[in-house]
Amino acid sequence: MTYLQYIGTYFLMIVEMFRKPTKWVVMKQLILKDIDDLIIGSLGIVAFISFFVGGVVTIQTALNISNPLIPKYLVGFATRQSVILEFAPTFISIIMAGKVGSFITSSIGTMRVTEQIDALEVMGINSLNYLVFPKFISLMLYPFVISIAMFLGIIGGMAACVYGGFSSLEDYIIGIQTDFIPFHITYAFIKTFVFAFVLATIPSYHGFYMKGGALEVGKASTTAFVWTSVVIILLNYILTQMLLS
Amino acid sequence: MIEVKNIHKSFAGVEVLKGISTTFEKGKTNLIIGQSGSGKTVFIKCLLGLFDYEEGSISYDGKIFSKLTEDEKRNLRAEIGMVFQGSALFDSMTIAQNVMFPLKMFTKQSKSEMQDRVDFVLKRVNLADAHNKKPSEASGGMQKRVAIARAIVNNPKYLFCDEPNSGLDPKTAIVIDNLIQEITEEYNITTVINSHDMNSVMEIGEKIVFLKDGLKAWEGSKDTIFKTDNEVVTDFVYSSELMKKVRQMYIEEKQ
Repeated sequence: MTYLQYIGTYFLMIVEMFRKPTKWVVMKQLILKDIDDLIIGSLGIVAFISFFVGGVVTIQTALNISNPLIPKYLVGFATRQSVILEFAPTFISIIMAGKVGSFITSSIGTMRVTEQIDALEVMGINSLNYLVFPKFISLMLYPFVISIAMFLGIIGGMAACVYGGFSSLEDYIIGIQTDFIPFHITYAFIKTFVFAFVLATIPSYHGFYMKGGALEVGKASTTAFVWTSVVIILLNYILTQMLLS
Repeated sequence: MIEVKNIHKSFAGVEVLKGISTTFEKGKTNLIIGQSGSGKTVFIKCLLGLFDYEEGSISYDGKIFSKLTEDEKRNLRAEIGMVFQGSALFDSMTIAQNVMFPLKMFTKQSKSEMQDRVDFVLKRVNLADAHNKKPSEASGGMQKRVAIARAIVNNPKYLFCDEPNSGLDPKTAIVIDNLIQEITEEYNITTVINSHDMNSVMEIGEKIVFLKDGLKAWEGSKDTIFKTDNEVVTDFVYSSELMKKVRQMYIEEKQ
């Protein structure tokens, strides 16, 4: 029953988030600030992880190909498939659940603890629209982050492949072009949009409805990370089943 | 004027407010006092519409709050200024941005008009040079004054203050009390202050409502509170050593 209540409150929060919009002049500033905090601020860590994980995927694939009959370009092919289909949209989203999700929960939770949300409510402002909607809009740029992750993952793989001596640059490039299915990119971006929505709303929910003090803000951040990750993994399974099978 | 009739409020089956009725008058500083846990904060949050109550009514100049539409409630709230116990300033904004916030949200003023108004109210609360500071860089007393400036910037009809001088030294607390009283008289607004500070009672208590265990135990003013025979009130008023000595001196002087 409690879980049903949580789920119900979550969906009511989403409905409320779209009602009574904040003045556009103010909203525009909030969106720009959230783009800076959530998108631009995540580029560094996403670039770093993507490049090196792309490299590791390539090395592991190359090391596991011992049969001389398997062509060398398969390393590039496997890296591309892993990075585009799973690593960039899903693995990066889990990392973002930790980075962006805990930031959202703790910032909104702190506003709850310090009565800043009450102050907004007393002024007659729709606090959910004011706090959550700009995060939702700014995370609609999340596919841009994932594009960078895809690109750098493949580049990292290429660097590891060539400089590690696993195959030639030509073989790697042939591999990443082999049997390319454009729908895989569409599939990855559909997942990314869904995950962006989850990343904006679940941490906001945990921050907005938290009760207590500073300790509870920390607990809410942890809970938000756990639930965001669980929902991303479940939706990943459902969307893959729906779109690829 | 704010009229409260028979307000009942419970949390998880425990009745916190047990039928409070009173009136908060315009142009006066109305104090809600009582011990911690007496229901003061719940009462003020009911007045502000932050908590729903099970029974009773609250009317703002004749408009019953619970019967208003969402838009009417929103319009009414734009006429309310609130000073929270912890000031509740927005950390991400500077002091000037905090004060400008209600103007940005509810008026169509130009940037220069808003800037002028912010300059005026910050000067009014003696913070003329604090525009670009962040709330975290301001002292407790400064934060309270910024909160007051933000509460009055949009010319509210009603001003609510939840323990405005908690955590402040006695001298700063008096400055804040006097500021609230001056603003109340200057703008002729209905001010409701939640406090358990006897200094505030003596300084600005034009009307006092005393709460005890969720009930209104007494009602009066700063002139009558020291003369009342109500034991509950006298226990509270003369609980500190200082007040006991004041009372002793008063009795001795009378004899």
